[in-house]
Amino acid sequence: MAAMLQAIGVASPSVAFSDHYNKSSVSSIRSFPVIRSGLRSISGSGHGSFKPGKVITKATATQTEKSASTTSKPGHELLLFEALREGLEEEMDRDPRVCVFGEDVGHYGGSYKVTKGLAEKYGDLRVLDTPIAENSFTGMGVGAAMTGLRPVIEGMNMGFLLLAFNQISDNCGMLHYTSGGQFTIPTVIRGPGGVGRQLGAEHSQRLESYFQSIPGIQLVACSTVYNAKGLMKAAIRSENPVVLFEHVLLYNLKERIPDEEYVLSLEEAEMVRPGEHITILTYSRMRYHVMQAAKTLVNKGYDPEVIDIRSLKPFDLYTIGNSVKKTHRVLIVEECMRTGGIGASLTAAINENFHDYLDAPIVCLSSQDVPTPYAGTLEEWTVVQPAQIVAAVEQLCQ
Amino acid sequence: MAQLTRRTTDLLKPFSAALSSTRLLTTTSTTPITVETSLPFTGHKIDPPSRSVETTPQELMNFFRDMALMRRMEIAADSLYKAKLIRGFCHLYDGQEAVSVGMEAAITKKDCIITAYRDHCIFLGRGGTLLECFAELMGRKDGCSKGKGGSMHFYKKDSGFYGGHGIVGAQIPLGCGLAFAQKYSKDENVTFAMYGDGAANQGQLFEALNMAALWDLPAILVCENNHYGMGTAEWRAAKSPAYYKRGDYVPGLKANGMDAFAVKQACKFAKEHALKNGPIILEMDTYRYHGHSMSDPGSTYRTRDEISGVRQERDPIERIRKLVLSHDLATEKELKDIEKEVRKEVDEAIAQAKESPMPDPSELFTNVHVKGFGVEAFGADRKELRAVLP
Repeated sequence: MAAMLQAIGVASPSVAFSDHYNKSSVSSIRSFPVIRSGLRSISGSGHGSFKPGKVITKATATQTEKSASTTSKPGHELLLFEALREGLEEEMDRDPRVCVFGEDVGHYGGSYKVTKGLAEKYGDLRVLDTPIAENSFTGMGVGAAMTGLRPVIEGMNMGFLLLAFNQISDNCGMLHYTSGGQFTIPTVIRGPGGVGRQLGAEHSQRLESYFQSIPGIQLVACSTVYNAKGLMKAAIRSENPVVLFEHVLLYNLKERIPDEEYVLSLEEAEMVRPGEHITILTYSRMRYHVMQAAKTLVNKGYDPEVIDIRSLKPFDLYTIGNSVKKTHRVLIVEECMRTGGIGASLTAAINENFHDYLDAPIVCLSSQDVPTPYAGTLEEWTVVQPAQIVAAVEQLCQ
Repeated sequence: MAQLTRRTTDLLKPFSAALSSTRLLTTTSTTPITVETSLPFTGHKIDPPSRSVETTPQELMNFFRDMALMRRMEIAADSLYKAKLIRGFCHLYDGQEAVSVGMEAAITKKDCIITAYRDHCIFLGRGGTLLECFAELMGRKDGCSKGKGGSMHFYKKDSGFYGGHGIVGAQIPLGCGLAFAQKYSKDENVTFAMYGDGAANQGQLFEALNMAALWDLPAILVCENNHYGMGTAEWRAAKSPAYYKRGDYVPGLKANGMDAFAVKQACKFAKEHALKNGPIILEMDTYRYHGHSMSDPGSTYRTRDEISGVRQERDPIERIRKLVLSHDLATEKELKDIEKEVRKEVDEAIAQAKESPMPDPSELFTNVHVKGFGVEAFGADRKELRAVLP
C-alpha cells in the first residue's frame, strides 16, 4: 500500500489532519457541525486566506509530524472506504429512512467493501442486494425517495450508471421541478469511477461531464478520507439528489480523522495549499498528482495555491474567485475528458466572472479524448501526469 | 323491464320490481346490488375472481357522473388544444375512463398510483380538481404543478398520485420503488404502476418485475392495453400480445377495461393478492377514441368503423347508463341533466383557468433544487445569485 501511495504522490495525510482537527475542535458534538474548509465567517470577511494558526510553506509533512505514534494523536486512523462506511453507518443509525441499494452491497459487503457488515446489522431490506438492473433499481430508488425514504444507490462502477441515465436525468433530477415542488428526491448516487490500473476502457469512465448538465442534481467528488466521510454524510442529509464520485484508486488511502461527528458542506471547495503565484484547481485523484507536482514546483521556487474544488456542480465560485483575485493565474487539472468536461465548464465560469483578474488565459489539463487503453504505458498517458503539471505552471508563470 | 340488458342476471328481477316504487330514495342508498361483469376474467397462474361484483346505487351514480366528467374534460381539452390554448403534447383518455373510475372504487387514497402521460383522468380520479387540471394544461400558475409540468406531469402527493411521466416505461421502476417504500414502512398499502401496451415491451418493466417478485413487493402492474402503441398495433409490436401472461412467473389477470365493474373487481382482487403474495399483472382491455395524442388523427392506422364500432358496443359510459336505467335508479332525463351539469362545471373550470395568470418569471428558477440555489449558485459574492432575464 505504501508503494501505491508513493506512486500516486499522496501528500502525507498528517499535515492535512492537524488543520482539520483544529477546526473540528471548534464545534460541539451534539450540534450537527457543518465545517467549512476555511475559517471564514458567513459575512464574507477575509479573502479566503488560510489562517489555521500555521502557514504551510512546504507541500509535504516535516519529519516530526509522522502519524506513527497513535497514543498522542486523538482521532482514529482508517482507510477511505472505511470512512465512507463509517459515514454511511452513522447516517443509517441516525435516520431509519436511509437505505442502500446496489449490486452485491449486502451479503458480499460491497465490491469495494464500502458496505461491509451493514447488511448483518440492518437487515436485507435496508441494505438491498439488487439484481444487475441499473436502470430499474435506480428508478426504484427514485420512487422510494418520492415517498420519503432516503436511498443511497451504489453503482458498482460509475460507468454502469450510464444505463440508468434516463432515471437519473429525468426522474431524479427533474421531478422536483415538474411536480411544482411536491416531491423531493433525497437520493445519493455513488460509486467509484475514474481511470484505475488497467481496467479497460469501459471500466475507466469519468461520468462527471455527462451528469453536469442535468438540472436539479448536485455533484461532489471526494478525495481524502476526511472529506469522503464528511461528504457522504452531507450528501445523505441533503434534500437534493446528490451524485458522489469516488475514485477506484483512492479507496485505500489512510488518514487520521476526528472521532467527533462532522459533516462537510456540499457546495464548498477545499483549500489544500495556499500560495501566491498560481491557482491550481483540481478534484479527486488529480489532487495527488497536483500535490506531487507542487513538491517539484516549490523546489523550483514557485508558490502554487492548490484548491480541491470538491463540488463539481455548483462550483464554489467564491473560494475560486478569491484565489483568482489573489494569484491572477489559473491552471485546472482534472481527470475528465477534454471535450465538454468539468474543466471546460469551469474555464467558462471563471472567464465569465473573473475575466478582469486574469493575467493569462486559463490552462486546462484534462485526460485525452480517447477510450482508456489497457496497456499500462498508454493508460498512464491518458491522464495528466505531474511532469505535465509542472511544465504548465512554468509556462503560465513566465 | 324492457331496458334490462341481457348482461344482467335473473337475480336482479325481483330487486328491480321492488326498486321501482322507491326510486327517488335509492340513488343515495347503499342497498347492495350485484352486477355481473360483461366478460369473464382470464387468469395466468392464478384463479380468476368471480364475475359478480357488489355495488350500490350510490356507487353506480358516482361512476356515471365521474366518467361523464372525465369524458367531458377530455373533449374540452381537445377543443382547447385546437384553439392553441394547450400546446405541446396532449394525450387524451376518452374511452378509457372505466379503468380510472373502477380502480378508484377498489382502493383508498393511501394506495399509490403512478402512470405515464395519459394522466388527466387518473389525476381527477385521485381527487384533483378541474381547475388544477385545466390550469396546468394551459400552463398557468394555478395548475397542479404550478404550470411547470404540463400535460404529462400531473402529480398529487397528498392523495398518492405519483404522476405523470413522459418517458415510456420509466414509471414502472418508480412504481416498484413506491411499493418498496410501502413494504419498508409496513403500511399495508399497494401501488398500482400503470403502463400501456407500448411500454409492455420495455426492458425496465421486466427488470422491475423481477425485483418486485424477488422481494414480494406490493406492486400491481396494470397494463392499459388500448391495442395501439402510438401508431403501431399490438400484433406488430409484440410477439406475445397477451400482456397479462408476459410476467411469466408473476400471475396475471385480464379484465375488460371498458367495464368499470370488471376493473373494480380485478383491482380489489389484485390488492388482496399483492398484500399477501407479491406482484401481479393486470391487463385492462380498453380502447382510446382519440389518436395517441392531439397531433395524431388516429385514423391512419385504424379504420373509423373500428372506432365507431367500439363506441357503440363497448363504451363505458353507455354501459353504466344502461345499468342505471335497468335498475331504475334514474330516468333518461335525469342522466342527461347530470351530463349537462357536468358540462357546465367543465366550462366554468375552463373559464376560471383562463383567468389564472401565467407563472411569474422568477418561477423559472424555483424548485430546481430544494434549497433554492438559483441557476448560478453561490456566485462570486456568495449571495444567492438569480440570473436576470433579458
